[in-house]
Amino acid sequence: MADIQKLVTMLKELDDQLVSCMRCGMCQAVCPVFAETGREADVTRGKLALLDGLAGEILKDPKGVKEQLDRCLLCGTCQANCPSGVHVMDIFLKARAILTGYFGLSPAKRIIFKQLLTRPELFNKLTTFGSKFQGMFAKPVNDVLGTSCARFQAPLIADRHFPSLAAKPFHKSTKPMDEPAGKSGVRVAFYPGCMVDKVYPGVGHAVLKVLKHHGVGVFMPHGQACCGIPALSSGDRESFEKMVATNADLFSNADFDYILTPCATCSATLKEIWPTMVDNESLKARIGPVADKVMDVSEFLVNVLGVEAMEGAAGKKVTYHDPCHLRNSLKVTAQPRTVLQASKNASFVELPNAATCCGCGGSFSLHHYEISKKIGDLKAKTVEDSGAETLATSCPACMMQIADRLSQRGHSIPVKHVIEVYAESLGS
Amino acid sequence: MADKALLKEFEAIVGADNVMSAEAETHAYSYDAAVLDSVAPAVVVRPTETEQLGAITALCNKHGLPLTVRGAGTNLSGGTIPSKGGVVVLTGALNKILELNMDDLYARVQPGVITAKFAAEVASKGLFYPPDPGSQTVSTLGGNVAENAGGLRGLKYGVTKDYLMGISFYDVNGDLVKSGSRTVKCVTGYNLPGLMVASEGTLGVFNEITFKLIPPPQAAQSMMAVFDDVLDASRTVSAIIAAKILPATLEFMDNFTIRTVDNFRKAGLPTDAAALLLIEVDGHPAQVAEEAEKVEKICKEHNAKSVEVAKDAEHRAKVWQARRDALPALANLKPTCVLEDATVPRSRIPAMMEALARISKEFDLTIGTFGHAGDGNLHPTILTDKRNEQEWHRVEKAIDAIFDEALAMGGTLSGEHGIGLAKSKYMEQETSRATIEYSRRMKKSLDPKGILNPGKIISALLD
Ligand SMILES: Cc1cc2nc3c(=O)[nH]c(=O)nc-3n(C[C@H](O)[C@H](O)[C@H](O)COP(=O)(O)OP(=O)(O)OC[C@H]3O[C@@H](n4cnc5c(N)ncnc54)[C@H](O)[C@@H]3O)c2cc1C
Ligand code: SF4
Ligand code: SF4
Ligand code: SF4
Repeated sequence: MADIQKLVTMLKELDDQLVSCMRCGMCQAVCPVFAETGREADVTRGKLALLDGLAGEILKDPKGVKEQLDRCLLCGTCQANCPSGVHVMDIFLKARAILTGYFGLSPAKRIIFKQLLTRPELFNKLTTFGSKFQGMFAKPVNDVLGTSCARFQAPLIADRHFPSLAAKPFHKSTKPMDEPAGKSGVRVAFYPGCMVDKVYPGVGHAVLKVLKHHGVGVFMPHGQACCGIPALSSGDRESFEKMVATNADLFSNADFDYILTPCATCSATLKEIWPTMVDNESLKARIGPVADKVMDVSEFLVNVLGVEAMEGAAGKKVTYHDPCHLRNSLKVTAQPRTVLQASKNASFVELPNAATCCGCGGSFSLHHYEISKKIGDLKAKTVEDSGAETLATSCPACMMQIADRLSQRGHSIPVKHVIEVYAESLGS
Repeated sequence: MADKALLKEFEAIVGADNVMSAEAETHAYSYDAAVLDSVAPAVVVRPTETEQLGAITALCNKHGLPLTVRGAGTNLSGGTIPSKGGVVVLTGALNKILELNMDDLYARVQPGVITAKFAAEVASKGLFYPPDPGSQTVSTLGGNVAENAGGLRGLKYGVTKDYLMGISFYDVNGDLVKSGSRTVKCVTGYNLPGLMVASEGTLGVFNEITFKLIPPPQAAQSMMAVFDDVLDASRTVSAIIAAKILPATLEFMDNFTIRTVDNFRKAGLPTDAAALLLIEVDGHPAQVAEEAEKVEKICKEHNAKSVEVAKDAEHRAKVWQARRDALPALANLKPTCVLEDATVPRSRIPAMMEALARISKEFDLTIGTFGHAGDGNLHPTILTDKRNEQEWHRVEKAIDAIFDEALAMGGTLSGEHGIGLAKSKYMEQETSRATIEYSRRMKKSLDPKGILNPGKIISALLD
């Protein structure tokens, strides 16, 4: 543990950002965690005040502050609605890194981030191993993966209804790709993200099918590392930078027009968090141009390929949940709906409160399962009430959380990625 | 940290889960939306039943503990900054709408109900609860009563007190006092609901509130009038009222605010205008059409460069978005934003605008002004950085000057934000020594140990 004076000095660097919160309290209206608990320390204003108190040495309990800071989905809803324009996500991620630097990383996380997620090959082997033996060895797998990727520790928790690790991860059933632009004249890099790779490979295949259909050339190198958000949100900036560096090696010298991901969290991380949270200048310079080209898959279909909604499609009723990272960080809300409306065998209905968080929030759902569950149940209930026959969304983590809640509540409404719905409508 | 025995007593009332005393929890209740120093309480309790409010109050009184009730903590005058070693009582869990009576047009609620949720629930039943403070998505009805909150519709529809029919509250002994009624007329005894309005938690702890509801207007029309001269805009305000038209809303924005808002949302506002008036008339469709026409004419007669009448709902929303953006846009400019609410008689708005320009120059400060022109309630907003000590000192001086001006014009210290800690020291200047003494005697007899939100409103030292 570093000494507290050093912690204070580091926190003071956040000062310029912390003072921009005018304590108006408007974040209370939108924070899903606060809506469940009603505690000020759970809402943005409270957390910022705690950090401010710690930096100003009014408050002397860094451990308590860290615990409060961890009670956050990092959904970004508060930032998107903050009248004062406070860079909440930036502050929270930096503060977590500072506090983690002070307390040190937990031993489990140390192994996972430093030894595993920073080494994609080993990570791939282990999850493949895990998927084969998960029935028998649920426990040991749990130990390793249970706190690993913020996005799929959830499936390994005992009483959840989770999709198992895919029998064959996406990267095993596809070859590395390096095609020229097709009839569309566009060539994209494809970054499936580890959750699509290891839990929902079907989403990855759907993306490839759609790209092929539209004549888009694909560049997809193997050996991609995780985007790094699990490490970063746990405060491990060093591992985060390593993961970014591995990806930079693969993508920064390649030639493509856009880099696509079907994972809302990955999109937001690549596009917004990579450029702001990487410290190393040369790495920053390398990833800048990559980050600029990031696009969500639906955004690409609509904005670049010109996919349009169709009149009067008569298929199964499908509704849409807005993933926080797509809506709050990237402001992509219309395009996924358009893609659904462009799908022949689906008829789109709007979901009430489509924009509220599903309550997953990576490691949040692990450490604060009860709150996560309640927030997820609110979402599941609106889905049930909407009468939709399919729920579509644009983030695999949301897919998992909502599927879990629906299933726990005894509803078998299928949960799909928008791109899967669209791919199905293209026929085989 | 409060001692263990005491915590046990609170736990016995509300359960251990609802008593917080760890530093990282109590510190989150040390401030509100006012720019003042924070003070952490010793204990925070979160009752889940209104009866618990009485038991908590009695316990605090027994031990002489300062008690501060907290709704959403959005007040702008330090009303929920607790006393050192004190107890903060949260009303967030007391959020039930107990009754919506469609025959007699009233509603009964618990104090922690959120204003906007209540208004929406009332609207879904085809009725109308007009008070709409800018903070309505988070503020609580208890907080609204305790601050006598008003909103954009204050001019025509009045403020919270105009809808308060009855209130029951716990006195310091934890005994339940009931006052007011569900009837439109009621002159039974002292007007205790009137006493509770704007009492800022210093006289009793509300546990149930009865509000009047009204039928909603059938139609509305909004418009935006652009002026090259602030004085013309101000005179237009008086002229509209003099023509016996009461708009539902009549809002003002100065050039600095217009430019800031436009920069904020690129809404295409007239950035070279000296001032904007945003006006909405509502009521019966025929009346709305007639009044809208008259208002447009009056604006033009007073040299409005243009008057844009909203064509449809979307256009109307755009007009009001500009107003809603005023505070956020200004708040984005500098780290600290001091929002004042000095209020003057309507006819003195031009004079007040001139005074504000003078003050901004004299103290070398950036001040953006917007606000409820229709009721003389302006929000001069000082943009600064409280860490800059020298400048902050000038800010304090400028605030004094703003109130001096407002009071000299027959205005008031606060149109809606309350007195709290922030403006207690100016109280005598607006009222009189006797007023404060009277209020103190009253407070003393109702709350002999001075436990109810001490330090607020009437407590600044008299010399
Ligand atoms: C962005 C912004 C915009 C605003 N716009 C407006 C506006 O347009 N008009 C306006 O009038 N105000 C406005 N305000 C000020 C503020 O929102 C109002 O004063 C509001 O009524 C406060 O409600 P609250 O629930 O936050 O109360 P709090 O701030 O929690 O409390 C206010 C006072 O009420 C007392 N209190 C609360 N509940 C009880 C109870 N049950 N019993 C006894 N005392 C109680 C508290 O002790 C305190 O003194 C604004 C504030 C912000 C931050
Ligand atoms: S909404 Fe923004 S400025 Fe207001 S309290 Fe929350 S974080 Fe601070
Ligand atoms: S990021 Fe989401 S959960 Fe965290 S404080 Fe903001 S709104 Fe609440
Ligand atoms: S956000 Fe995407 S890449 Fe990053 S950890 Fe999650 S699934 Fe993996």
